[in-house]
Amino acid sequence: MELTNLETVPGRNIVKHFGLVQGSTVRSKHAGRDILAGFKNIVGGELTAYTELLNESRNEAIERMVKQATAVGANAVVNVRFATSNIAAGAAEVMAYGTAVVLE
Amino acid sequence: MELLIQLVVFLLLLGVGLFFGRAAEQRHFKSLVQREAELRDILVFAERRPPPDCQVSEARLVVGSAVIAEDYFKRIASSLRSFFGGRLSEYESLMDRGRREAIVRMKEEARRNGATLIFNVRIETSSLSADGSASPMFSAEFLAYGTGLKVA
Repeated sequence: MELTNLETVPGRNIVKHFGLVQGSTVRSKHAGRDILAGFKNIVGGELTAYTELLNESRNEAIERMVKQATAVGANAVVNVRFATSNIAAGAAEVMAYGTAVVLE
Repeated sequence: MELLIQLVVFLLLLGVGLFFGRAAEQRHFKSLVQREAELRDILVFAERRPPPDCQVSEARLVVGSAVIAEDYFKRIASSLRSFFGGRLSEYESLMDRGRREAIVRMKEEARRNGATLIFNVRIETSSLSADGSASPMFSAEFLAYGTGLKVA
């Protein structure tokens, strides 16, 4: 499965379009991480636990999107976009979407 | 007496935020400058497509992200400052370092994949501190992504 956020895959031809595929996940950090992050908040700086958490979520969202693309018979997803939204205190939704296509 | 203790705690937090927060920020900026210099040969474009004469052998999504939080001093200083309005340089530096870190991480991923060009780069920022959460500290996620291209 090839993923790009360009409109095409350079050097390859798109032979079939399947339309939008998407994957998303909602995650919250566990209490231990949140408490640690609370301490970290006094000093500021990077919250590594959250960076990791959001990276894991993003990978899962991509995985789900790829699963959907595979199910319709695509071999690439182009024009991939990400969106993150804060839906509740301590929980974030990460979403990935794109166009499923078949490459030559 | 209780008031005095509260005041001491407040000043302690403020001092910790000021000294450790500032030291950490300066260290971060220093490491950013160094890593940016190392990754200078990876070219980054916001263009939507590579030029047609560019011979691409592989295209792959590359992503970089970082979550950066404010420190206690920044929070107090900026809330005082926003009383008068104007530039909040405390947040300017925070947004700057977060965004640069995300771009550097994206470039590092491109380096690991052997890509030398990154096209259609998008940069997103989302605030992570929801209203009414237990810790009202501001933190934001910076995300940079694009398509890493290996040139044949």
